[in-house]
This record gives sequence, structure tokens and C-alpha cells, in this order.
Amino acid sequence: MSLQYLDRSIDVTTEFEAVIGLEVHVQLATDSKIFSSARARPDAGNSVADEIVNGNTTPVCTGHPGTLPVLNVKAVEYAVRAGLATQCSINSRSIFSRKHYFYPDSPKGYQISQFDLPLCEKGYLDIELGEDGQERKRIGITRIHMEEDAGKSVHHHAYSLVNLNRAGVPLIEVVSEPEMRTPEEAGAYLRKLYAIVTAIGVCDGNLQEGNFRCDANVSIRPKGSPRFGIRAEIKNVNSFRFVEKAIEYEIERQRQVVLSGGQLVQETRLYDSQKNRTFSMRTKEEAEDYRYFPDPDLPPLLISPEQIEAIRASLPELPDQRRDRYVSDFGLKRYDATLMTSSPALGSYFEEGVRLAGASAAKVLANLLSGEGVRLLSEAGIELQESRFTPAHFADLARAVGDQTLSITAAKQVLAILFREGGDALSIVDREGLRQVSDLSALEPVIDEIISKNPKQVDEYLGGKEKVLGFFVGQAMKATQGKANPALLQELVIRKLVAKGKS
Amino acid sequence: MKELPSISMIHDSFDSGTLDPVRLTEAFFSKIKSSRHNAYLTLCEDRALGQAKALTHQLKNSYGGRVPRKSHPLFGIPLGIKDVLTIDGVRTTCASKMLDQYIPPYTATAVQKLETAGAITLGKLNLDEFAMGSSNENSAYGAVLHPTHPDRVPGGSSGGSGTAVAADLCVAALGTDTGGSIRLPASFCGVFGLKPTYGRISRYGQIAFASSLDQIGPMTRTLEDAALLARVMAGPDEMDSTTSTVAVEDWFEVVRQAKADSGAIQGMRIGIPAEYFIDGIDPEVRAALEKAIDSLRNQGAQVVPVSLPHTRYAVSTYYVIAVSEASSNLSRYDGVRFGARPESAMKAGSIVEFYKEVRAGFGEEVKRRILLGTFALSSGYYDAYYRKAAQVRRLMREDFENAFRNVDVIVSPVSPTTAFKLGEKAKNPLQMYLTDIFTIPASLAGLPAMSVPVGKDSQGLPIGMHLIAPRFQESSLLRMASRIPGGES
Repeated sequence: MSLQYLDRSIDVTTEFEAVIGLEVHVQLATDSKIFSSARARPDAGNSVADEIVNGNTTPVCTGHPGTLPVLNVKAVEYAVRAGLATQCSINSRSIFSRKHYFYPDSPKGYQISQFDLPLCEKGYLDIELGEDGQERKRIGITRIHMEEDAGKSVHHHAYSLVNLNRAGVPLIEVVSEPEMRTPEEAGAYLRKLYAIVTAIGVCDGNLQEGNFRCDANVSIRPKGSPRFGIRAEIKNVNSFRFVEKAIEYEIERQRQVVLSGGQLVQETRLYDSQKNRTFSMRTKEEAEDYRYFPDPDLPPLLISPEQIEAIRASLPELPDQRRDRYVSDFGLKRYDATLMTSSPALGSYFEEGVRLAGASAAKVLANLLSGEGVRLLSEAGIELQESRFTPAHFADLARAVGDQTLSITAAKQVLAILFREGGDALSIVDREGLRQVSDLSALEPVIDEIISKNPKQVDEYLGGKEKVLGFFVGQAMKATQGKANPALLQELVIRKLVAKGKS
Repeated sequence: MKELPSISMIHDSFDSGTLDPVRLTEAFFSKIKSSRHNAYLTLCEDRALGQAKALTHQLKNSYGGRVPRKSHPLFGIPLGIKDVLTIDGVRTTCASKMLDQYIPPYTATAVQKLETAGAITLGKLNLDEFAMGSSNENSAYGAVLHPTHPDRVPGGSSGGSGTAVAADLCVAALGTDTGGSIRLPASFCGVFGLKPTYGRISRYGQIAFASSLDQIGPMTRTLEDAALLARVMAGPDEMDSTTSTVAVEDWFEVVRQAKADSGAIQGMRIGIPAEYFIDGIDPEVRAALEKAIDSLRNQGAQVVPVSLPHTRYAVSTYYVIAVSEASSNLSRYDGVRFGARPESAMKAGSIVEFYKEVRAGFGEEVKRRILLGTFALSSGYYDAYYRKAAQVRRLMREDFENAFRNVDVIVSPVSPTTAFKLGEKAKNPLQMYLTDIFTIPASLAGLPAMSVPVGKDSQGLPIGMHLIAPRFQESSLLRMASRIPGGES
């Protein structure tokens, strides 16, 4: 068995831990590309995917001989924002370098990136773990650097085509320290990073369009070992859930290799989400030498402390601060509060809803939004802001639940209808006859009738069989077509049964 | 060589009505077509005559027959453009088969500025492939011949520009200089060649050889013309972030005044670097230079010995930095978007095979430099080569800073010899590289430098004197050059 790379002997009882580091490519939401005047984002209402192939380019981003890159100041500002929001120090002088590789979607034969001296270094973010997010862990951020995106190769059977609309779109690459130990930690890190870059407005956050793409470095080692194992890099996974699953698969794969006496190799792997497995793309021996050197076309990027402070002063409330505020001001559970701050859209629906319905409705509102609301959206695969939902929908329903004119179950039914049709929430409540009956004079005759028709069950209850209570409540619900206020109903049933016993 | 008209003489002829832009342009095309120098790769005949007609019309109808020298200092002046500079819709080859069919969709800033000032572009001038060479023998479209000695080289890489200006195939030309590519052919062909400070003239539209060294400059028959063209092209450009915002003086005026003033260089200090006056300099070259220096001394300039101790590392430093940048800049010619695809590439079984077939299309010298540069940048060698060269480059810059504490201009030969024979050095790259030994240091330091004709050797071959000034001190350079006798041979 050749297990020398691990510092102790291994057998099936060995407990392993994973070492996970993440590299996330965040697309910056600037109007123009990082080094050219071509547009970097879709027009309002239009998707980049619908654009004319190679229509969104200039001689600069298509790499025409003789053209030169000119740095987009807005992209620098956004990158600094991201650095400050993740507690990085901003380098007053950073360098753009050329990273060389031949590939058809790289029109210059090199990518302009940052290597020796990145813009941001040594930051961190805090993730929350455990049942209600009470367990906190700090994950270091090694660096954030700026770079340009490549074009897109479209492979057909006998040929490939290249679309350079995406070439030159500004990216930041956020590199974490290898400080995560479980797929859940990796998922929490990604969700937090996503929440931050979208909250500060530097990323549109459209996962389908590849606005936020993740590479995961994964290795394993016997628990407690100070040394790192041999790592695999899993490339380009663009859903949080799939990153978690890919890492989970990869950890187990590596464990099996080690336990069966095999040798791990440093390699790049791809994740197949349909088969839920990773497979090797290339090993280290096949890895390219990128021949980095400082790009002579771009002078060093200089940023003054005043510029940095001006950007810092313009930062909005960050997700962690916002979450704490939701917990303390509205009494949300940490879990719900975290969810409300996971994307700017959720946050703004929540805040606008609370503004309309009042702070007392906040908990129910968060519950509806994060539960049924998010479920409906993710089932349909669309974003909150693209849906028919308005903040008023959630506000009206939360208030109705609060004043007991609507049951939480009925509120969910209404949400499903609003999701399909839109419209006014309370009109739908009325149209569907879902208003909750809390009127004693309406409920009492119903209960009286059920009690008088079921003497056997009455006797059982009075004989101490308390479970029978459910029978009466169920019957009453049925009779009121589910509209009865359940708490009130139960209280009434008990009161009447007890009265019956005494009579 | 008979005296050829300068820009202001041509303007006088326009004013007097003895000449107009159309007739001048037509005359150049007929000369170019009967020339055997192989100076032009592409003629822009329709485009140029269109420009000339419009200007001739304006001259009569808008300007009352008087050349608008202020607003259009290059009004109706036919130029040749080195074929590394792009013009929208005009084939731009870099004298490489790789770009045989390349038609850029945009115009280089420098060319745009010249045309806005009224210049007419006759065509694109031959050069060493991708500006890599010192003799113009590396062109994929054949060598350019020396203007007066057809068995000699015109120097490179702007050999087409040097020959075209000297052989009257254009009034003036644009060259580009990376390690001496303007100054050497200017010297060999007997014309003025100015390489301004790095960052003076936008490189936007200059197809890159070595980006941290490349600089556009004029090659002309008079010093005034060089000053005028440079002034028109200089200045910051939002398309090139390496351009400088340092104010541009009216260099044309500087020359005009210095020529008229016999005391113009009184008290100026000329540095003679011990390292540049070495054995191996042709005695006739040395004698011509000494004569010119004597004349400057007689006009009141002080001659001061200076030292540039790191000069001996210049050629090796240059050939690490330039080839490293070149290997990167030329990556884009991979046959996908840019670079010709040979038949064999279309039959390639894999993308790697495809690249191999495509990139075999570069000429020998270009391939040699791509290989050297790729090696110098590769992991494990970067520190020993590129990083070390960058450090030495800084030392050389400091050498010049120290020397310029005591002098205004440094003077040397442009090259140890006059124009050599075709084929003489073609088989020995190292000997060819040493041709640029005196021009390379100013390139590495980003300094303005120029070649000024100072006479001819016994075979009638022109000799050039090399002047170097501190960064952004083109005015010192031009003032000193104005007082060099015999310049306009």
C-alpha cells in the first residue's frame, strides 16, 4: 500500500476530513466590458443569449491586431466594493498580467488577469451552520483579482463555432483559503458570498447566465492531520446544490481510492450533475504553463486611500448586518433572517412587505416568502423579481393570517394562485371563499350538531380518551370546508364537551 | 542625391498653383510603379486619389488657393505608412503570410491624426516580418532594396519607409521603432528618423511586436518635416493607456528657430559615452561623427564624456524582453480568428494539430523569436530570464538618468557600419542582432532618440549620427539636430 502522502497508516476505521477551497468567478454588473466599450450586460428585458452572435463586440474585445486594452474604472470600483464587503485589504498598487493558453474562445491567445499583485487580499466572511444558524465559522479569503471573461465555444457535430459576445466581460475571481471541511460549509460560503456581491450591487446574480461560477478544490486527510492531501479541482459548477453534491461525491471517491490502496493524482475534474459523479478532465502533468508576465499595455493600477474610503462609505448594509437587524427588530428566527438576506430581491420584498403590513406581520411574512414563495419559484425555476408576486401579496396575506381571517394553509393556497395568475390577494381569498370563520355564532351550531350526532365519541372523550378530540375538530373543519379558525375551533369543542360532561 | 522638396516647399508650390494634391499624388504613383525597390506592399490608389481630389477641391473652393497650414499642417502631403499600422478597410500584412488577407476594421490613431491634418496615404510600406529584423530581408514579400545601392540593405525593420523617403516614393513615411527600427534604416538610407519618447504617440493600431518598446515615429527628408509629423501625432489617446499627458511643444517651431539662430546650442552639453565609441566602428563612420561633433563644439556646445556602464548588457536584455513580449503578442495568430489557415490545417485531426499547421506559417526569424520568448517566460525560467532582464533594464534607465544629470543630449553612431550587403548577415542572427547595439539602450529606457544624416562614406553610403535625450525632451534633441551641418545631403 502506498499511502506515504498521508502521515499515518490508514484502514477502514480511519476517520477522514475534507479540505475544501473555493474559487468563485463573479461577473461584475458593469455596463461595458472590462477593457473595451462593448456592452457587458443585456439590455433591459433582453438576454445576452438572445443577442446577435458576435454582435456585441469591438475590435478590442475580439483581439484585433493593434488594439489595446483600456481599463474600465467602474469595474475597478465594483471589484474594490467586493473586496471591502469581504473585509479584504485593497492594494494601492496592483498589476495586470497575461495568462497564456491556446483555445478558440480566447481571441488574443491570452487572458488578461491579475497574478503576482491582485487588487484585494486577506479578507474573510462568516458562515452560519447548524439548526438555526447559531454555529458560526470564519472562512478566509486569500485574494480577489480582476480578469476578463473568455468567449463561448459552441460545438456542433463536425465543427465548432465561437461567439465572442462574452469575451471581455469583467469578472472578479474570489479565492478562499482551504478552510472548509464539509460540503455544507462550502454551500454556506457560496450562499453568503452570493448574498454579499448581490447586496452591494456588483453582480446581477443570474446563475443561469453564469454570473456566479464556482471551482472547488477538494482533498482529504485523516482527521487531525496537519498536512494536506492531493487535491482535485472540480471545474465550473454553477448551482450551490450541485457544488455541495459534487464535493460530497468527490470526498467519498477519494476516500475509496485511498482505502483501496490507490494513489490520488492532482487533477482537474468535471461534475456531471445528471449522473452525480465527477470525472477526470486532465492531470497535473497535462496542465498548461500559463507563462504569466505583466501586461505591458496596462500601467499598474493605482488606487488612493481616499478613493478606497469613498467606496467604503458608499457600501450599503451588508447581509450579516441586515440579518441581525431582522432578528432584533422583527423577531425573525436566524434561519429565516438569513434567508431573507440571501438575495437582494428577497430582502426588498420582505422590507417592502413589512412596510405595508406592519412589523407585527414580519414573522408570518418571512415564513410565507421563504417557505411557499421560494418553493413555488424554485419549482418553476424563475427569479422572484421575474414572477407575478408583488410585496403587497405577501403583506396582505401576512396581515390576514395575523388577524386570524386567514389560515396559514389557506394563505399558501392563495400564493399558488397568485403565482399563476397574479392579481389582488384579498380578492382571491374572497373569490375562493377562504376567509377563516372565527365567528362564534357561526361555529357553535356546527359543533353542537356534531356532538349531538356522535354520543359514542362523546362518552369516549369524557371517559378519558382525549385523542377523540381530533375526531370532533376534524368533523367541524369538514363541515366548515376548512374555513374554521383551528385554534378557536379546538377551544370551543373542548369547552362544549366539558359542559356536556357536567350536564 | 538631389535635394527633394520638404513639406513647406510643397505647400509653397500648392500656394503658387504650380502643383496640386492630385497631380502630386499621381506623380508619386507613377514613380512607385516604375520603382524596383519593393518598398510598397499595398497601394491605396483609389483611396489616395479620392483624398487628393477632395483636398484639391477644398484648396480652390474653401481656402482660396492658400494651404491652410495652421488647421491642416499636412494638407495634401502624400505619405507612406509602414505596414504594421492599421487603416480601416486597407489590407495590413506586417509583411507576414499570416496576415496576407487581413483587413482591419479600424484605423490607427497616429494615421488618423495625420489624415485629419490633411495627409494622403499612398500605400503600405514593406518591412521585416512583424518588424523583426535589421535589414528588411525578413519580409515574406521579399527584401526591400537600398535606395541608391541595390546590392545593399536599407536597414530594418522600417526598410520600406527608409527607402521610400530617400528614393522619393513619398514625401515622408511612418516607421515604428522597437530596438532601432526607425533609426537604423534612417541612417542607412540617409534620412531623418525620430523615435519619440515611449508614450508620446499612441500605439493604438500599431500591430505589436514588443509592447513596452514599440513606438511610432516619422522618417523624413528634412528635420522640420520630422518635427511636424511628430507634433501632429503626439499626445494622449484614450485608446492607449500607456500614452502620456506631458505637454507637446511645437517642435516644428523649435527646429525653425534653432536653424535661424547660430547661438541656439550655446552652452548645451553633449555627452559622449565611452561605451559607444568602441573598436569595431567603421573609421569613416567615426570620422564623420567626429566632424559633426567638432562643428557643434565650435557653435558653443560643451562636449562631456559620460558613462553608461550597463550598455554591454543591452542586447541580451533586449532580446529577452522583446522576444518575451513578442511570443505573447503573436499568440493571437492561431488560425482561429487571426492568422492564415493553410490547407493542411483544415485537415488536422485535433485542435493541437491545427495550431501546429497554422503556426508553421511564420517566417524563420519570427519563429525563432517566438520560441525564445516562450522559453524565457516559461515556469522555472521566468526568474532567470524575464525578471532578470527587467531588473537590468531598470539599471540601464538609471545609467541614463545619471548621465543626463550632466548633459542635455547623448551622441553616438546609429550603427557601427553603413548599409551592409544583401545576404551578408542573413545567415548569422547574432551578428544581425549586434547591428542594433547603439540604438537598443534608448529603446529599453523609453527615451527619445533620432538618426540625423552626417555625410557619406567613400562608397557614397549615408552615415547617421544618433542623438538621445531625456524622457519628453524631444525639443533638446531637435534643437541639437538643427545645428548639425550636412544633415540635408
